[in-house]
Amino acid sequence: MRMDLIQPFIGSLDAVLAEMMQAPATIADLAMEENGYRKKGLAAVVTFTGQIEGRIILDMEPQAALRVAQCLTGGEVDSTEPIVREAVCELANMVIGNAVTQLNDRGFEFKVDPPSVLSEEQCEKAGHDSEATILRFETPSGHVHLNISMHYHARRARERAGVPAI
Amino acid sequence: MKQFEALTRKDNQPVRYLIVDDSVFARKSLAKMIESFGGQLAGEAGDGRTAITEYARTSPDIVLMDITMPQMEGIEAVEHIVQQHPDARVVMVSSVGYQDNILAALQKGARHFVQKPVKPAALYEIVRYVLNEDGVTAPSIVVREERQ
Repeated sequence: MRMDLIQPFIGSLDAVLAEMMQAPATIADLAMEENGYRKKGLAAVVTFTGQIEGRIILDMEPQAALRVAQCLTGGEVDSTEPIVREAVCELANMVIGNAVTQLNDRGFEFKVDPPSVLSEEQCEKAGHDSEATILRFETPSGHVHLNISMHYHARRARERAGVPAI
Repeated sequence: MKQFEALTRKDNQPVRYLIVDDSVFARKSLAKMIESFGGQLAGEAGDGRTAITEYARTSPDIVLMDITMPQMEGIEAVEHIVQQHPDARVVMVSSVGYQDNILAALQKGARHFVQKPVKPAALYEIVRYVLNEDGVTAPSIVVREERQ
């Protein structure tokens, strides 16, 4: 997997977490996986299509998700409230959106679908068809996991640029 | 959260907002912000199509519009709203802020663009600017930060 495509997602998560949680986030671990994904907490998935295709899972330990929900709503939130799941989806939307903005400004063109809560079925499928990069971030409220699986379609990019294949 | 000098219309009524975002969470978060601006929530919509009918029903002073949504995306909704209501003031609020998106939104009639995560002070300044440009509010309002 191309690290230059992954880097914007790492930078974006780092910046968005710092802004949303009002606290620093550090990368604690990086691994590659090919097996199905096992959720660690509350997870959202965002898929994208175009010159870059794939999906990203943002998975937050419950306390970290709760912290984000409380920071954004500016008040007490119960950990069982649906708004906490919504917070994870919205955070995923911000992280992916900011990274996509950087990649698009570098010439990559692709479309992002709205985020959704990761289902058990999607969990089982995730990783079986492709290799995923998994990053674990540490925050004062718990771990946040970013699972990235994407492919760069060089042919589509060449076609769009009007450059013949060699 | 920062506290802001209330943005009011020239008739001293609160500025009325329509919030359009498919995320309930994002709508709630934006509603909190407009409350801190002294504004009033005129309506909410979770997709572009509903936004068009909600605009006609509520006639808000300003619309905060997401881009990526189901049913109808924000940029298409802006086009419809501005066609039907040429004076509509729409500020795009999206996590996807690349140039093509911003240009498309502005060409369809959006007045400004804010990238998520939204900083309340930045949104306040943009809303104030857009409203002042149309002479909806008095121009002498300044941001005041609450000390903690």
